[in-house]
Amino acid sequence: MRSVRTFALVGCLSAVVGAWGIIGAEARDLTVVSWGGNYQDAQRKIYFEPFAKQSGKPLLDESWDGGIGVIAAKVKAGVPNWDVVQVESEELALGCADGFYEQLDWDKLGGKDKFLPAAVSDCGVGAIVWSTALSYDADKLKEAPASWADFWDVQKFPGKRGLRRGPKYALEFALMADGVAPADVYKELATPTGVDRAFKKLDALKPHIVWWESGAQPLQLLASGEVVMTSAYNGRISGINKAEGKNFKVVWPGSIYAIDSWVILKDSPNKDAAMDFIAFASAPENQVKLPEYIAYGLPNKEAAGAVPANLQADLPTAPDNLAEAVPLDADFWVDNIEELNKRFNAWLAQ
Amino acid sequence: MSRASVRDRSRAFALVAPLVLFLALFFVWPLWTMVTASVVDDAVTKVLPRTAVAMADWDGSDLPPPAVHGALAEDLRTAQDQQALGEAVRRLNSAVSGFRTLLTRTVTAAREAPDPAALDFAAVDPRWNEPRFWRAIKEAVPPYTDRNLLAALDLRRDAGGSIVAEEPGAAANRIIMLRTFVIAGSVTLACAAIGLPYAMLAAAAGGVMRALLLLAVLVPLWTSLLVRTAAWFILLQQEGLINRTLGSLGIIDAPLPLIFNRLGVIIAMTHVLLPFMVLPIYSVLIAVPRNLMPAAASLGAGPIRAFWRVLLPLAMPGLMSGCLLVFMVAIGYYITPALVGGANDQMISSVIAFYALGTANWGMAGALGLILLAVTLLLYLVYGRLSRSPQLPGA
Amino acid sequence: MGAFIAFQDVTKNFGAVTVVDRLDLQIAKGEFLSLLGPSGSGKTTILMMLAGFERPTSGAILLADKPITHLPPHRRQMGVVFQNYALFPHMTVAENVAFPLEMQRVPRAEITRRVERALDMVRLSPLKDRKPSQLSGGQQQRVALTRALVFEPDVILMDEPLGALDKQLREHMQLEIRDLHRRLGLTIVFVTHDQSEALTMSDRIAVFNAGKVEQIDTPQAVYDRPRTRFVAEFIGETNLVEGKVVEAGAQQAVVRVGETALNVSGEVSPGRDVSLSLRPERIRLGKEPAAANALNVTVADCIYHGDHMRLVLKSGTIELVARAERLAGDWAVGTEAVASFDPQDCTVLAS
Repeated sequence: MRSVRTFALVGCLSAVVGAWGIIGAEARDLTVVSWGGNYQDAQRKIYFEPFAKQSGKPLLDESWDGGIGVIAAKVKAGVPNWDVVQVESEELALGCADGFYEQLDWDKLGGKDKFLPAAVSDCGVGAIVWSTALSYDADKLKEAPASWADFWDVQKFPGKRGLRRGPKYALEFALMADGVAPADVYKELATPTGVDRAFKKLDALKPHIVWWESGAQPLQLLASGEVVMTSAYNGRISGINKAEGKNFKVVWPGSIYAIDSWVILKDSPNKDAAMDFIAFASAPENQVKLPEYIAYGLPNKEAAGAVPANLQADLPTAPDNLAEAVPLDADFWVDNIEELNKRFNAWLAQ
Repeated sequence: MSRASVRDRSRAFALVAPLVLFLALFFVWPLWTMVTASVVDDAVTKVLPRTAVAMADWDGSDLPPPAVHGALAEDLRTAQDQQALGEAVRRLNSAVSGFRTLLTRTVTAAREAPDPAALDFAAVDPRWNEPRFWRAIKEAVPPYTDRNLLAALDLRRDAGGSIVAEEPGAAANRIIMLRTFVIAGSVTLACAAIGLPYAMLAAAAGGVMRALLLLAVLVPLWTSLLVRTAAWFILLQQEGLINRTLGSLGIIDAPLPLIFNRLGVIIAMTHVLLPFMVLPIYSVLIAVPRNLMPAAASLGAGPIRAFWRVLLPLAMPGLMSGCLLVFMVAIGYYITPALVGGANDQMISSVIAFYALGTANWGMAGALGLILLAVTLLLYLVYGRLSRSPQLPGA
Repeated sequence: MGAFIAFQDVTKNFGAVTVVDRLDLQIAKGEFLSLLGPSGSGKTTILMMLAGFERPTSGAILLADKPITHLPPHRRQMGVVFQNYALFPHMTVAENVAFPLEMQRVPRAEITRRVERALDMVRLSPLKDRKPSQLSGGQQQRVALTRALVFEPDVILMDEPLGALDKQLREHMQLEIRDLHRRLGLTIVFVTHDQSEALTMSDRIAVFNAGKVEQIDTPQAVYDRPRTRFVAEFIGETNLVEGKVVEAGAQQAVVRVGETALNVSGEVSPGRDVSLSLRPERIRLGKEPAAANALNVTVADCIYHGDHMRLVLKSGTIELVARAERLAGDWAVGTEAVASFDPQDCTVLAS
């Protein structure tokens, strides 16, 4: 009796798996992949749904957590099951060099000069400018920290600190806390002594660090008082302030900003629709709506200029915020992530 | 082995058969692919065939002869398949950081140079003056390699080709691997300690109570990981429910550190993996006749001895399957340790995920997976040896 | 008679249901007592309370004059044989039998000796290394019995131990258990719903109905002189006849049934309506008029049973079933006859 039931279960399972495969093999609607959460909710409202309406064809959206391995696996599978993906700078650089992306048709986008220079590449066009910055709960901290040196100062600001687990967004901040000027961070990090210096500085703070991994965690940590300050993604900060009435503040000097880009996966069956979608999402009249929902900067210069002043202040691209910020050096990380990650793990394990 | 215990064991197995099938389909096959990926190393020879030939005569001690320069320039100039080139670059960059930017620059230079054979590499990038970059190419020529497997164990080959340990502070795979087994083992013990009495309770309870108990243990399986983690966060954090309750009861003065450490990881993982322990034990216990424990009591066995001599041996097949299942599943965890663990609770799967997803270094990911698999199989063999032993506990 | 086991005013409730109602029961040392009754009559609960698996709601249980009401089962020194034997499936026959001795921390060598002797006694020695699942039902039963006996307990409790066996094997085991009882002088409390089993084996039978004792007596007394209607009907077959007491004396009475006055045995007061029990095989059937307790009857039906015949007799409104030997004559339907019986064979039942 039991084995009959088991066989039935196994049968059902294989049938489901089989059916899944068949459906997957059929012609597919345009599939756009982004970072999920309330960011993707906003994108759905201002990009996905209006574009589907305009083109008269359905648009599927999925979310992912990044990683060039994911892109590589999709592309090497032959026909990828994603079309448009929003990628980080490293994935753009890596994938572009490795031929994982289609070349963009810049005429459809209105020309390269319409965008910030850093947002322009053969394979991708910038979608947002976002920032990783020191943040804290202004309702809990009487005195405001102003720099990474303050972040490292456990005498002045007793309590735990949140940092992203991994060498990226930890080594840079350590160097700045150690007195390296924002502009020289990657130059210093490119030397062996610079890496040693960063790890040595991290050593000092190690017992006070709570490591986080997903973008929602630092907010939880701040909200619960588990940490007094943390590195965090700026969009999340203004989001939670709006949604939950928090008074979390971002310290812009010493923040690291990066550009996420839209790319089209190589051999996408919906190449033309994908290009049309990217053009739609890059058009100033559409892009300008984004900061209302989430505090990300806009790579389209015309759109960036049209953002109302009250929203402008929270964006990484606001001139004041940009003044002492560091642009992420994607090339550096592309070259060094494996080695530094290995060393970082070893350092953590010590 | 008696027919009854064969029946018990097969019953426990039938319960997990769909899971086994699932594992075979979605884990064994991809893993095999990864295993081959960990030893096959032909990305560089495919793209740089002339260089590979030209390097055969070079001993690798100093800079290579000009013939190698010419061959490399020609290979780079004629490389058509961009994805293959990308793979070669990834492979080389994994050996020596910096290769990516170096090669990208050099490819452009080779394609634009009027005479590739005379390309001045040092002028394109001064790094070509360092023999280690050249050596990395030479080392990548053989089609099979053990470097991934060695690196997975924090070993490498030195310039002379003999195997040496990585210098301390440079790699931590062994520590992380050991830690993975310690965490998985602790979780298995915790699951057994909770799961056995729980399954006994569920098997002894009747009707609605039993249904509720089984439902309660299954709920975490059906709950989203993030919701679950958030719930643990609320319970375990410094100002969380548990600490506040204990504090207001006057049991503790300062909040206990329950989260972002090993304890938090074990609590959260035990919670999730408990069904894998409870269900096999339960399925075995439910088949145990109700009157055995009264019989043992009437024959003079107190509750503890009756449990030890009668119930535990009968539950053993279920307990063993449960332990095996929990341990196997626990080894592969990395999200939970990442979310509720501290700095030293990262498990090996997160390192594998870093290579597989983050850097597309499938060779390294496969090698780590292979080592993990080998150790797990070894443990399984030990388990098989132990569980076949006829000696019962206390007998 | 000094009681070895005594139930004193024991009541057991399961929620609102009273399963055992104010039981008083004495069991002598060396006695074989059967607890007989239909399912739900409380007999198994009594056994479970004696073994210690259930606690009485009120009242006390004494063993050798010491209260054991709250003693846990493993300290009671009672061997229990369960309905489905309850052998430990992971142990061999020998290990099962050795179990109670190990619990008593008997030295190894002695355990081996005693286990061997016990298994010899029930002729199971050749099977000592088998697991219970490799034995037949009868063999399992014998292992269970041996296991309950081997540690020489004060009392052996048996909960319908033969219920799962086929008829032939059951009868064989009945004799074997009776034999063991006599040889070893054991005190046995035996729960059954099978009246013939109880009659065959017991020194005394306690008949239970709805949580109360209906009658405790020797098998013969329970059969021949049932005190209540329930006992009369539950054990064997009987004729129940309604009548009115016209005269009453010591242990005897005259009861009018229809037109006839019958001399019966029993303690009653005159003027009461009573039921009489008369076993079929106690009815004598003849052609000639009898002196006393004679009824003129007509044979209404005759059923052939091989070794005997069952006759349905009618006398006015009274209908009786009688048992006739095949050689006793030809009782064709319609034959007129006289049925008679001795006064001590017809019992007045307490209503």
